Parts: sequence; structure tokens; C-alpha cells
Amino acid sequence: MESNLAGAAVESPGPVNPNQPSPSAARVLRKRSARPRLGDPLFKGATGLFAVMIAGLAAFIMVSMAIGSRLAFEKFGLSFLLKSIWDPVKGEFGALPFIYGTVASSLLALLIAVPLSLGVAIFLVEKAPRKLSEPILFVVQLLAAIPSVVYGLWGVFVLAPLLRESVYPKLQAILGFTPLFSGHQNGLGLLSAGLILSIMVLPIITAVTTDVLRAVPNTQREASLALGATKWEATVIVLQNAKSGISGAIILGLGRAIGETMAVTMIIGNRPQISASLFDPSYTIASSIANEFTEATSEIHLQSLVALGLILFIVTFIINMLARLLVWGVTRGEGRGAHV
Amino acid sequence: MVKNAKGVSRIIAQLLIPALMLVPLAGCGGGSGTDANAEVKLQGAGATFPNPLYQKWFSEYNKITPNAKFDYQSIGSGGGIKQITAKTVDFGGSDAPLKDEELKAAPAELLHIPTVLGAVVVTYNLPSVSAELKFTPEAIAGIYLGKITKWNDPAISGANPGVSLPDGQITVVHRSDGSGTSYVWTDFLSKVSPEWKDKVGTGVSLNWPVGVGAKGNEGVTGQVKQTPNSIGYVELIYADQNKLPYATVKNSAGEFVKPSLDSVTAAAAGAANNMPDDLRVSITNAPGKDAYPISSFTYFLVYKEQQDQAKGKALVNFLWWSIHSGEQMAKGLLYAPLPPEVVTKAEQKIKSITYQGKPLYTS
Repeated sequence: MESNLAGAAVESPGPVNPNQPSPSAARVLRKRSARPRLGDPLFKGATGLFAVMIAGLAAFIMVSMAIGSRLAFEKFGLSFLLKSIWDPVKGEFGALPFIYGTVASSLLALLIAVPLSLGVAIFLVEKAPRKLSEPILFVVQLLAAIPSVVYGLWGVFVLAPLLRESVYPKLQAILGFTPLFSGHQNGLGLLSAGLILSIMVLPIITAVTTDVLRAVPNTQREASLALGATKWEATVIVLQNAKSGISGAIILGLGRAIGETMAVTMIIGNRPQISASLFDPSYTIASSIANEFTEATSEIHLQSLVALGLILFIVTFIINMLARLLVWGVTRGEGRGAHV
Repeated sequence: MVKNAKGVSRIIAQLLIPALMLVPLAGCGGGSGTDANAEVKLQGAGATFPNPLYQKWFSEYNKITPNAKFDYQSIGSGGGIKQITAKTVDFGGSDAPLKDEELKAAPAELLHIPTVLGAVVVTYNLPSVSAELKFTPEAIAGIYLGKITKWNDPAISGANPGVSLPDGQITVVHRSDGSGTSYVWTDFLSKVSPEWKDKVGTGVSLNWPVGVGAKGNEGVTGQVKQTPNSIGYVELIYADQNKLPYATVKNSAGEFVKPSLDSVTAAAAGAANNMPDDLRVSITNAPGKDAYPISSFTYFLVYKEQQDQAKGKALVNFLWWSIHSGEQMAKGLLYAPLPPEVVTKAEQKIKSITYQGKPLYTS
């Protein structure tokens, strides 16, 4: 026993062993273990159940769609993916024009949106002062929140007439000799759909790219500047660092563009055809399902639509999986080594 | 003491929160029981065109028969046929009468009860033209087949002497969704154009040779309104309420007739005397000099043999009311009422609806 300054006897604490709880801590832990611990396993069980249910749901959707489209694949075989006809009266169906329309409109959207998004993201992260970048980012994210139907309405009533009266005639005057810009234009069609989609994917690509660029550690920027790079070269180095994350962002945007329904169906013209001119109407998988599903009475028509849905589901699934892997790889933890 | 209370509430919280998370799962299986003895609920689905009138009918009928509740989902004629065949609804609505294969595919005998009449009109957007245009059936077929591409084509200008038509390309608008309106339209075209009948045919969803597709009557209207030099087809009510110009069409007697309630009724009267027993009739291109050639009945689809006595009785009473008192509300909403001959035939059909072999309707 030792005595403190006042002279009273106090227990010596003794050498501190970090691997053993102190006496007072041990008292608390003993008390806690005496109480029943039903909550923990129940909590774990419930949340585990939900996680399994969601994964099961995705599998269930895929399997039931595969079953629901059996007839179409049996009747048409793999030529379903290659035929270019959609005739409900005669019972002939082929998915090619829809696949083309979906892919072409999405690629057009990316072609327009990616340079813009990258530009905005680079500006927001590298160049703009905080006071400017926060409001701009907020507005960009607001664009992402606007419902698809509203874009569709805006597209039909504002964008299409604008394109028809002002933009397309000029395009046709300059580039009309190429097959891409030939033919009759009326404001609807593949190019218009691509434009609307580009407005819709721009916020997503910008937001993710901004996050990805911010995740590149400042040491990279500082090191490149210290080694004598110009500001632009330093930016390029940062971009190279974030390469896979940016690809992930682009793929996320592609995923949204591919599945977009209402905005596209109001402006694309809804005509299943593959034609050279970007002014011609086209058709996407999502639009055709939305348009025809409730009224498809013949079994083969219905199952062909489900088959289209299955194709879209698989494509979207793969795209999103790829995007997650790429983005996750970059933004978790500190950044990777520099590619100088 | 405080420590104990804290401990107890902690236990309760630890147990309660996970349990509460599982509660929503338990609620999933709840069904809708019919507990009210006198109240009968009937579910219907189908054609969008007569929906405004049907909704008015249900609300008016509910005022005089409060224990009968009707619910109608306007999902389109094709949807109506699908649902009644699958017996997920008590009655269906369709502009298009069922084909023979569709009747055979139904699990029991289905009856067609005509309710009202409608017209499909040719609407267009020509800013430079203020006169009302006239169209021959051949011109319409040619436009929709893609063979007539310019407004000043002789096929169109020939029927409109004195009207200066622009030298512009025609933007053809049709329906992208499956629709009873499309059925009536293509039924007419198949009758007047052998090439159309062969190449495209009649149906709610089709392989259109040319044109852009718009969703719903609203979509076609919007498209035509926005696009100069465009042409489309919509239900009469729609064109009228949106102040769209619509054309007169030449009928089978050679007269150019403007679509109106009277010309539609005239089309029905001509066909009423030759109606087949099952009341499935197409009145497009009907005989009669006042008849508008692109007219159609719209039907309720009900099973001849009802499965539930209370529901069946409520249904036949409502059907009887609709073809008598209900018809008086039609004109106010711009629908054409059934001609008297058709009402008589519909009465016979309603009287033939049975439950366990015995007729349900007792006057």
C-alpha cells in the first residue's frame, strides 16, 4: 500500500498490461455478459435475410424473364437477335433494330456528354475556387434529379421544335452531303434522342468524375508541379491517375442512357428501322416495351417483348457490374502510385 | 435503480428494433376480404376511348345503386381483351371486337355488349391552309403506305380544288402503342385498299410502312400540333377538344362526310340491320350517304355464364341501365348513342346472361 499526498492509503495501480482489461473495465464487461444478448443475432439474422432477399430478387427476375421469353427464342432461335422486322399482325419479330437504336442513341449521348462532363469536372476540381464549385456541383446534381418524363415533355415541346427550325437546317446545309445528315428532318429521331440522353447522363458522369478526381491525393499534383510540370501537365497526370475511375463514370452514364424510357420514347420517333441518317426516327428496347406491353395480346408478341427485356437486363447488368468494379477500385482508400 | 431501468430498456430496444424490421414482411399476405353483405364490387379494364363516359356512368349509377361499386382501368383495348380472357376482371372494354381465335381462346363464351359509338378523324397541321380538307380513301391509304409523300400530290389536291397545298414532305404520325383507335383505322384502310390489307393488315399493333409513332391519342395530337406538314389520326372527341382541324372523308356512297355525332350514328344505323348474332360488327366504310366511314362501336366484354350470383346480378342491372339511361349522357360528352335497333339487340344479349343456367336479368 502506498500513500498519496494527503497521507491516505491508496491501492497501487501496478504496471499497466494493455492486453488485460483494467479492474474497473473488467467489472463492466462481466456485468454486460450477464445480460441476455438476443438482440445481436436477431439483428444479424434480419439484415442477412434482407441481403439474401435482394440478391434472390435479381436472380428471380432474370430466371422468370428467361422463362417468359422461351417461346420467342424457340420459334426464332438466335436469328431473333439478327432479324430486322417487327410485325405483330403476322407474328414475325426480330430484335436487331431495337438493339441498334438502343446502342446508337446511347453512344451518341456519350459522344456529346463525355467531353462536356470531363471539362466540367476538371474545372470544378482543379481550377474553380470552392465558392464557385459547390453551387455549380449542386446545380449539376439537380439536373440528375429531374424525372425522365419531364425531360421527355421538354424534349417534345421545346427541344424538337428548336432543332427542327434552327439547328438541323444548318447542320443539313453544312453536312448534308454525308449519309449521316441526309434525308427529311422533323425534329424527332435518333440525333434528337441522343441529345436529350446526353443532357440526362451529363450530371452522373460529372458527379462521379468529380469524386474520382478529388480522390486523387494532392501529393500527386504537388509532386508533378515540384518536378517542373505546367499546370496543364499536372492536370493530365491527375487524369491519368483517375483513368479507371473516369471509365467507371462513363460506363455508369452509359448504363443510364441504355435504360432510359420515357424521355426517349417521346422524341425518338418510335420506328423500328436501321437507317443511315441520324435525322430518321428509330426505336429503343425500353421504348418499345413501354409502348406495346399492356396491349400485346398474342403470346408470341408478348414473349418477344419479354425477350427484348431480357436482352436489356443482361446488358445493363454487365455494364453496371463493370462500372462498380472500376469506380470502387479507385475511390476506396488512398490513390494508387502515379503513372508519370 | 437507474442502472436497472436503463438495462431493461436496453434489452427491450435490442429485441424490439430487429423485430420491428421484420413486421413489414408479415403484412405482405393480406388479401381483400368482401365483408359487407350487400356491397358488390365489380372490376373492369380496357379501352381508353370510352373511359370518360364510363367513369361518368359508374359515378351516376352508384348514386342510384349505392351498394354496387365499379372500378374500370383504362389500359387499352388489347389489355381489356387480355384481362377478361384471363378472368382477372369481371368485364372488359374494347373498341375492337374479338377475333375468332381470341373467342376460342377464352375459357367460356364471351358476349359483346355495344355501349357507344366513336369516330376516328384525320387531323393535320398545315399552317398555310385554312380551308377544311377533303380526303379520298385512296389518298389516305397512299399516304400511310408511303407512296404519297408530298402535300401537293394530285391524289390530295384533286379532291381539294382551289386549295393551295404546300410542296412539303408529309410527316406521317401513327400510334406507337397498341390501340383500339389503330384497329379501327387499319380496319378501314384494309377495306378500301387491297395493298394495305396485304402489306400491313388490321390490328392494334402493326408494322407501319412509314411514319413516326406517338404514344396515345395525346401523343399523336401533340406530335401533329408541333410538326408542320404532319398528318395523324385521333378520336373525334380528342380533335374537337384540342381545336385541331380535321378532314372530311369520302364514304362508300361517294359523299364527303364530316365526322360528327350524327354521321357516326348514321354509320351504325346502316349496319344495324345486318348485324350478326354475336353483335361483332365492323362499321367502317358503312353504307349510307350520311355515314362517316371511319366509325366504330365500342363494347363491353362479359361472360355469358356468370360465376357469382350477386356480382352477375349487379352486372346485368348496370348493363341494362347503361344502354338505356346511360345513353342519354353520351351526347353531352360527345359520344354517339346507340341506334334503337342496336339497343334492342343488346337487350336480348343482356337477357341471355345466366347464372347456373337461369337468366340473371329480371326487369
